[in-house]
Amino acid sequence: MRIQDLLNLTSRSLIAHRLRSLLTSLGIAIGVAAMVLLTSIGEGVHQFMLAEFTQFGTTLVGINPGKATTAGTSMGAFGTSRPLTIADAEALKRLPYARAVVPLVQGNAEVEAGNRRRRTTIYGVGHQMPKAFNMAVKSGRFLPDDDPTAPRAFAVLGSKMRHELFAKENPLGQRITIGGSRYRVIGVMASKGSILGFDLDDTVYIPAARALSLFNNESLVEIDIMYAEGTPVDKVVKGIEDILKARHGRDDVTITTQAQMLEVLGSILNVLTFAVAAIGGISLLVGAIGIITIMTISINERTNEIGLLRALGAKQSQVLTLFLGEAVVLAAVGGLAGLLLGVGIAQLLHIVLPELPIHISMFYIIFAEMVAVVIGILAGVFPARRAAKMDPVEALRAE
Amino acid sequence: MITLKNIHRNFQVGDQLVHALDDVNLTISAGEYLSIMGPSGSGKSTLLNLLGLLDRPSAGSYHLNGRDVTSLSDIEQAQVRNQEIGFVFQMFHLVPRLTAAENVELPLILAGIEPAQRHAQVEAVMQELHISDRSHHKPDQLSGGQRQRVAIARATINQPKILLADEPTGNLDRKSGQDVIHLLEDLNRRGITLIMVTHDAEIGQRAQRQLHMMDGAITHEQSA
Ligand SMILES: Nc1ncnc2c1ncn2[C@@H]1O[C@H](COP(=O)(O)OP(=O)(O)OP(=O)(O)O)[C@@H](O)[C@H]1O
Ligand SMILES: [Mg+2]
Repeated sequence: MRIQDLLNLTSRSLIAHRLRSLLTSLGIAIGVAAMVLLTSIGEGVHQFMLAEFTQFGTTLVGINPGKATTAGTSMGAFGTSRPLTIADAEALKRLPYARAVVPLVQGNAEVEAGNRRRRTTIYGVGHQMPKAFNMAVKSGRFLPDDDPTAPRAFAVLGSKMRHELFAKENPLGQRITIGGSRYRVIGVMASKGSILGFDLDDTVYIPAARALSLFNNESLVEIDIMYAEGTPVDKVVKGIEDILKARHGRDDVTITTQAQMLEVLGSILNVLTFAVAAIGGISLLVGAIGIITIMTISINERTNEIGLLRALGAKQSQVLTLFLGEAVVLAAVGGLAGLLLGVGIAQLLHIVLPELPIHISMFYIIFAEMVAVVIGILAGVFPARRAAKMDPVEALRAE
Repeated sequence: MITLKNIHRNFQVGDQLVHALDDVNLTISAGEYLSIMGPSGSGKSTLLNLLGLLDRPSAGSYHLNGRDVTSLSDIEQAQVRNQEIGFVFQMFHLVPRLTAAENVELPLILAGIEPAQRHAQVEAVMQELHISDRSHHKPDQLSGGQRQRVAIARATINQPKILLADEPTGNLDRKSGQDVIHLLEDLNRRGITLIMVTHDAEIGQRAQRQLHMMDGAITHEQSA
């Protein structure tokens, strides 16, 4: 039998029962649309999260005090690890591929300027922070390269903090008080927006050594290092470990590379997208049951026709192909309609809810259509085999 | 052309064994005109289905053109049905959603013939059977006689050597029934071997050879 004739005969019998063919295809269409839609949102969230994480750059390594054990508890909690100090950060600057080293302290304090006051998160950092985190100064300058152990009392404002404290006034050169100590404003950062819930605009940056004494801390919260692009990350980690081991007498820090974090994040997000696709897959399963049902009904109704085809010289394989063809066409047409529906709704959502990250992935579109065709084959093969195996005499005699 | 030797066909119904054919021996030469008569349940259809390779005997041998056809595979039997045998049924068995011409075309489609050649063949056969003006009609727009003529056109499109008809006039009025018989006899005169099951003694008597069956066996034979 020629393929055009197969398609013609197949579509003729589907068109003869327009309504039920349409409804059966609709089952698959809804499944495919759900899959396209859910995976588009999944992919969108995936890319959104990755973008959030990489906006600081991808060649970052974070060092935290205390050794994270496999059980997840930090030895630091038992006081057996040494604090991470500004001297440690200075020592790490000797690494040949370190482009920027930023000591980091964080805490809450009250900020006063004239008669305005605001309680907020204060970051104690080093002068290389804008370089390491890809952040820009909007006016004035960032903290200078002072003696890290005795820096001058300068402060740089986040863009929101600048408006809260000074409104339309020029903040540069103004005096502010943070936790009772006086600072002079020397710069304002460009807006960075909020990142994973942290508002980097509603903050004040001061030298790390001053933040340590402000919060009465012994240890830095973290040291961040930006290394030269192209350096093997293993080499960076090894260099850091060597320096800190020599200084602390043992390996008592946790080193987290951006590459590791992205890998973990990426695999979590992949699982998420896949899980969401599986939920869409359940509605496809319902569609597949619809195809099995309608093909079984169709074969019962057309038993005489099956006997006739055999009498006219159809092989069992030809009967199988004809009925399998109907199931596959039902699924493939439903699949295509589902793709259009899914992409259409995704685009509509994008217009109505621009904040919702949606990314239509060509991979999932092709995957969904292939799944639809495979479902057609799987759902069609049992009824079609039954048709092919029928005894021709009995099929002709059937009422 | 056709040789049946000691053919048996049994059906197991519950714990009872039904002998639908009980030791049938029969030889048919090319171009003969045979009628098979007998009471209901005597095994006429079972014999015809066996001759048409739609069914296999429980025992015995069937030689068609010198070849033992009972041991052929499904694919080979399908090939023989397509090329060498034509069926006409009491119930017509036309595919309702296809036009008359498309129904006639079916055996050629199954054989994988090119559309251009198919259409020429269909046109010729339908002209011959005087139904070409009904080519584009669906079966439910045709009279019983016209439907049976479409079925005959379909049965003969591949120019088979044997035409098997199981009560071809059973669902027709007298006039259309006669037309159909004349058509079949016409085909027989042009060389086709015609084997026809009928309840109608008047029609049965027209055949050169008349087989009478009873309880799965051929009881006697008459010649015109
Ligand atoms: N598939 C089957 N299963 C069980 N018994 C069968 C089957 N097919 C035929 N028979 C039995 O075989 C016998 C012969 O049946 P067959 O159909 O050949 O009769 P027939 O001569 O064609 O009758 P009619 O004139 O009513 O068409 C009957 O007793 C019938 O019940
Ligand atoms: Mg019968």
